[in-house]
Amino acid sequence: MSLTRQSFLRLSGLSFVAACARKLRSAVAPARWGMVVDVAQCLKQPNCTKCIAACNQAHNIPSIPDPRREVRWIWKDSFQHGFGIEDDYAQISAAPLMLLCNHCDNPPCVRVCPTQATWKREDGIVAMDWHRCIGCRYCMAACPYGSRSFNWMDPRPYIRTVNPEFPTRTKGVVEKCNLCSERLVAGQPPACVEACPEKALVFGNLADPHSAIRELLRTRRAVRRKPELGTRPQVFYIV
Amino acid sequence: MFMFEKALTGSRGYRLWILGLLLLITAGLACYLLQLRYGLAITGMSRDVSWGLYIAQFTFLVGVAASAVMVVLPYYLHHFQEFARITILGEFLAVASVTMCMLFIFVDMGQPARVFNVLLYPTPHSLMFWDMISLGGYLVLNAVIALVTLRTEREGVPPPGWIRPIILLSMPWAVSIHTVTAFLYCGLPGRPLWLTAILAPRFLASAFAAGPALLILLCMLVGRLTKSPPGRGALRKLGLIVTYAMVINVFFVLMELFTAFYSAIPEDEQPLRYLFTGLQGHRPLVPWMWISMALAAASLVLLIVPRWRQDDKLLAMACGMVFFSLWIDKGIGLIVAAFVPSPLGAVTAYAPSLPEVLISLGIWAIGAFILTLLYKIALSVRGDSLFAPDVALVEVAK
Repeated sequence: MSLTRQSFLRLSGLSFVAACARKLRSAVAPARWGMVVDVAQCLKQPNCTKCIAACNQAHNIPSIPDPRREVRWIWKDSFQHGFGIEDDYAQISAAPLMLLCNHCDNPPCVRVCPTQATWKREDGIVAMDWHRCIGCRYCMAACPYGSRSFNWMDPRPYIRTVNPEFPTRTKGVVEKCNLCSERLVAGQPPACVEACPEKALVFGNLADPHSAIRELLRTRRAVRRKPELGTRPQVFYIV
Repeated sequence: MFMFEKALTGSRGYRLWILGLLLLITAGLACYLLQLRYGLAITGMSRDVSWGLYIAQFTFLVGVAASAVMVVLPYYLHHFQEFARITILGEFLAVASVTMCMLFIFVDMGQPARVFNVLLYPTPHSLMFWDMISLGGYLVLNAVIALVTLRTEREGVPPPGWIRPIILLSMPWAVSIHTVTAFLYCGLPGRPLWLTAILAPRFLASAFAAGPALLILLCMLVGRLTKSPPGRGALRKLGLIVTYAMVINVFFVLMELFTAFYSAIPEDEQPLRYLFTGLQGHRPLVPWMWISMALAAASLVLLIVPRWRQDDKLLAMACGMVFFSLWIDKGIGLIVAAFVPSPLGAVTAYAPSLPEVLISLGIWAIGAFILTLLYKIALSVRGDSLFAPDVALVEVAK
């Protein structure tokens, strides 16, 4: 292939402009995905598990009966366990709470992963590459929220109905919530958010001051799990 | 070329010992194939207690490996001649231990075929990456040093000049392997049992107690088997090292207990409660930990009184106690208890499964196998008397 000086300069100029434009775009409007869980709203249907079912279906999450081998992306635990607060007098301690990966702004799991199989994307999602994970489970030791699961065995026999649109996993790798990055690409909200009948899960762009999620965080009192650890979770709870 | 032919012949007892080890290794290998097929579900580990016996053995053995520096340093830096015949045993012990460490990491992987991803995508912000570098380097250093010095000894020539800087490098490197291993744990938020700056010093103290204790026992054993007793001066010096290291280790443990229980911060207390009194009715480690404490106390009594420490039988007993006590402390308690309670407050019991135990035993047998072969080589080179004085090796120390 022959390259004239003119076309070389033209190409260089174009790539420079393209690189600048890319930088500019992310500088002007970097999306910062986050979620708000409105606990009171969620409590209106205390036995509802629609978000969990939607997530499990969308992501081929196995239903393993043994809790020690369980894989979970979004699940229900008590407020007391989620926040580590022992308040003898507040009714809320025993209230159920939806828990998921916090997509920390400063994620310890990413820091410790020896192969960069888990990393933080520019939009704040803590993502995973299941083909690179060596299954050392260092990220599980590092996550202070218990948000990561390991495939102790082949999960495929335990998947109720396989969603062909999403990969299944193999034994020996770690997995967790991906904030439905595959749906965000298609312009859809996360599956759990869509499935919630009470609109208790609010998803949005934290970087956009006019977004609904920012409005909610401005007007209501929200807390994050274990803020003292400096992980800066991007999942908020309105109590 | 590395004199391995020396390891191929031996007495009937030697052959039986090797056969026994090979049987254990085979059993471990068979269980590992099972694990490879069904995944880590055949172990006792769980979503909450995601590291168990394997990683705990790894942690303990890094200490044993690092302890080689306790014979290498006095000999090569301070020309402590009593250790002239023992340094090689320390170095070979390090080689065998580091090999076991690597195997324990390997069997703990969910996707062992991808283990080289660690080198393919080097990640300096992960301590696991540094641990791999430091362990691999330490293995090479010790193997090279031991084989080169042994060879020069056999051929009766002065050792090559380049070996001394390598020996000097191996000393800080020994400290580094256990420091990096401690950093693996103590840099994690949300695991209060590990989140303590004293973890690395504590690891080193326990390493310098358990490793030399094992070395004393090995020297006595080899001395008895070859009817050539090790120098008493060397054993007494090693005994003194064990004594100081064990005192410091126990002191560090007590500091941990004080800080956690006097501050009464629940998350700092709970893992220790799980270890020593049980939590929410789960008390699987409680007897182990109290045995460990009792052995530590008893060994200290034997070690601190000079008259008892200098008695060969009592020293052997004390060393056995130190080794077993620290094995419980590091090889079981410290790793498992950090996962209890889980970040969500759950207390999940962990007990290793039978295949898990057999795989671990198999790896210990591989370590014993390597150690036996290496000691056998050293023994043959020295004409069946491991501890007889030799002049050639003294050259290296100068």
